[in-house]
Amino acid sequence: MKSLRFVLPLAVFLLLIGFLYVGLYRDPREVPSPLVNKPAPAFSLAQLDDPAKKLGPADMKGQVWLLNVWASWCVSCREEHPLLVQLAQANIVPVIGLNYKDTNALGKKWLADNGDPYKLSVVDADGRVGIDLGVYGVPETFVVDKSGVIRYKQIGPITAEALQQKILPLVRELQKS
Amino acid sequence: MIPELGHFALILAVLVALVQGVLPLIGAQRRDATLMALAKPAIRTQFLLIAFAFGCLMYSFATSDFSVANVAEHSNTQLPMRYRIAATWGSHEGSLLLWALMLAGWGAAVSLRSRNLPDVLLSRVIAVMGLVSVGFLSFLLFTSNPFLRLMPAAAEGQDLNPLLQDPGMVIHPPMLYMGYVGFSIAFAFAIAALLGGRLDATWARWSRPWTTAAWSFLTIGIALGSWWSYYVLGWGGWWFWDPVENASFMPWLVGTALLHSLAVTEKRGTFKNWTVLLAIVAFSLSLMGTFLVRSGVLTSVHAFATDPARGVFILIFLAIVIGGSLTLYAIRAGAVGGGAAFAMISRESMLLANNVLLVVACASVVLGTLYPLFLDALNLGKLSVGPPYFEAVFFPLMAPLVFLMGIGPLASWRQVKLPDLATRLKWAFMVAAVTSVLLPFTFGHWSPLVALGLFLGLWVVAATITAIWQRLSRAPQQGLAAKLAANSAAWYGMLLAHMGIAVFVIGVTLVKGYGVEQNVPLDVGQGVTIGVDTFTFRGVAPITGPNYQGLAGVVEVSRNGKVVETLRPEKRAYNSGMTMTDAAIDYGFFGDRYVSLGEPITDKGDSGAWSLRVYVKPFVDWIWGGAFLMAMGGFIAMSDRRYRLAVKQSLAGLAGARAA
Amino acid sequence: MTRALLALIIAGVIALPSSAFAETALDTRMKALEEELRCLVCQNQTLADSHAPLAEDLRREVRELAVSGKSDAEIKEYLVARYGDFVLYNPPVKATTWLLWFGPFVALAGGGIAWWMILRRRRAGAEDDTPAEADPASAGIARARTLLDERPEI
Repeated sequence: MKSLRFVLPLAVFLLLIGFLYVGLYRDPREVPSPLVNKPAPAFSLAQLDDPAKKLGPADMKGQVWLLNVWASWCVSCREEHPLLVQLAQANIVPVIGLNYKDTNALGKKWLADNGDPYKLSVVDADGRVGIDLGVYGVPETFVVDKSGVIRYKQIGPITAEALQQKILPLVRELQKS
Repeated sequence: MIPELGHFALILAVLVALVQGVLPLIGAQRRDATLMALAKPAIRTQFLLIAFAFGCLMYSFATSDFSVANVAEHSNTQLPMRYRIAATWGSHEGSLLLWALMLAGWGAAVSLRSRNLPDVLLSRVIAVMGLVSVGFLSFLLFTSNPFLRLMPAAAEGQDLNPLLQDPGMVIHPPMLYMGYVGFSIAFAFAIAALLGGRLDATWARWSRPWTTAAWSFLTIGIALGSWWSYYVLGWGGWWFWDPVENASFMPWLVGTALLHSLAVTEKRGTFKNWTVLLAIVAFSLSLMGTFLVRSGVLTSVHAFATDPARGVFILIFLAIVIGGSLTLYAIRAGAVGGGAAFAMISRESMLLANNVLLVVACASVVLGTLYPLFLDALNLGKLSVGPPYFEAVFFPLMAPLVFLMGIGPLASWRQVKLPDLATRLKWAFMVAAVTSVLLPFTFGHWSPLVALGLFLGLWVVAATITAIWQRLSRAPQQGLAAKLAANSAAWYGMLLAHMGIAVFVIGVTLVKGYGVEQNVPLDVGQGVTIGVDTFTFRGVAPITGPNYQGLAGVVEVSRNGKVVETLRPEKRAYNSGMTMTDAAIDYGFFGDRYVSLGEPITDKGDSGAWSLRVYVKPFVDWIWGGAFLMAMGGFIAMSDRRYRLAVKQSLAGLAGARAA
Repeated sequence: MTRALLALIIAGVIALPSSAFAETALDTRMKALEEELRCLVCQNQTLADSHAPLAEDLRREVRELAVSGKSDAEIKEYLVARYGDFVLYNPPVKATTWLLWFGPFVALAGGGIAWWMILRRRRAGAEDDTPAEADPASAGIARARTLLDERPEI
């Protein structure tokens, strides 16, 4: 039908506008993790405070825990740090820190200056474990369940909103099971 | 005071644009001469007001008035004057003001060069441009005001992005915008035709030179952007299929299709509603490009500061302008159709094939550019679409198009006698085929893709020469000069533009086939040899510029033991905080030698060793040389006398009588 | 005499700039592979071009995987397992990308069919003037157009 052919460009355009509108509220730079709902990659790293001892996901089986990737050179980490300190004080869930591509001395100093919310921190000096975790920007935080499966990844600093609306509810749910 | 005057001028301009957009349209509908007569003075006044506003902003930059927020964010007292002036359009707000200025400028130009155009058509064209101006000026005034004050004024500005402190970057946006905005004229003509419910050859004859001019400027703008990326960014490449590069390429592809479609509509009266659709789509893609760059919807190095609120405004603007025009098209396209018949093999059928290939190519680029967005919006994951995709899809589409380019100019309208055509082109085909098969051997390494690329480029060259030869040998005039003069500028322009494409294709083929890149760590005094050239690193020395500090390397290029050139690649740290590498290039007709500094090598202590990127790029300048020829061809074609002859008056007079 | 010549030759060899090692096959393979991968930090550069620390780490990782015998496909799989399809500039062909990969060729086929059909319609129909053109002045214009048509120009 002749007139149908003339409506086609308009129809295509309206479809396009719909997508562009949705796109305005998405962040094209965000890379979601393919590790969600998969077991956390195995690792065993030296602890920041006591390099003789090691820790990895295997050691945390049986509890729900958070893995927070941080570094002394990371500016955005300061934004979320007070929230982490508060979270640690509330004693809801243990937070393990992953000191990413940093030096031990600078890392310890940073924690001394800004507060240490972590049950303990492990050191990933060359970033290899970070690659296994799919880390591409610091800070990042993972929520890991009792069987060692990653259930959520927060990209960028944890906001109060993310904490209240996504992370804490998920943690409580996982802790019940 | 001056910024306030500029701001006031913009407010006046949007009011004038409103008058310009509405009253002449009503006048055209009612055949009211008084209302229609408002069009020309309105657009000229609007142009003067926006030019004044632009001047005020430029003045603020030139005098480093840091009480204007835009100046404080994008300029600096240490910035050289020429870049302070260029910074006027170096920001989102300033570049939008440039858009508005050019839109009014093109409109004013149409109003000045349209003595022979029927009033009804002219008032509609200017009114449509006025409505688009209302959109842009509103966007400026409500969300992107360049004249916002900063109180208290900053003591010093934040400096212009160092990437923009470069002559190429200064001209690239104006050229690009001349192109984008120029397509608004074809768009306005198309809308006017749909509103009037009729479309004839004079309409096409009117649209063509304006469309050709816009296309030529866009070609230059894109080529400049590509060349800039090559000589500044230090990656040795010239096209990345980055979303914003694609945003400028999409209207170019459709614009090229439009140029060819207009030729058919003018000469044969066919493809009318298709041409109208292309004109709408070309300008729509220009507007879409503006949206994509400023809304944050796609990741790109190019993106201006992003803000969803601005994005929503532009999207609404797009919906109104593009949605409105496509609705008008859906309703009225049937009325402007029709046209002469033509055979299966004819110039018309080949130009139709040209259009199909260009439009499919454009659609593919749109698809690839927006696909990540589509998937994300549907929650189907995130993926990246980059050069491997675009090249795999684009080249197979372009190859038949370039092949047709050789045949088209020799094909006659309405019906081609195939045996004749084949005989005429036999020589060209054989020369191109033999040369393209043999030539790669001289470069040392034979590859089928190189041979194919060379064949396509040489084929167009040979076929174009054949076309000229044929025309001259059949010409009735005596003497070469007379024979040459008998042909129109439009014809020569077309041939030159096609030759430009051939040169471009050859350049791309050879640089992709035989370009070499080496990433090497070099001690001071050490060198690396690529082909016949040896690049010797002579160390690095500190340098200081007006607003930066840095290090300049010294690399000697030698051939057969003799130093032929000294290259000085730089790494600069601007006082504003940004760092930049500046590649050093030895340009040559047959190829470039190109060096950029990588990183200092520190693991063996401070030996002064650096890692360098060294490239040999054969025939790479043919890429931009070809684009330049294309644009020149366009400018020559639009200067054709038939667009200016008084004879048009009687034809237009007839058309005017019919339209009235 | 011979000693002088020898000395000259030795001096010449020392004076020549020593050539850095040529690129190995591994380097070429790495470059080609890294050009297809996207840097996650500077998201508009390939892994080959980016100077970001993560890019350096990933290049090191890719090289180690290659040296340990992994193929290009396996290396890409390794990265996709950690970062998703986003890291590939050459999108994989799977259900969600059929439209992307096959769309252009379907469009071309569609365009070809449309081209064919338009040609057939135009060949079949004679000169068809739309009603809007059938008035006195159009005869003159049609004649003028025919005259212009005889001129062999664009």
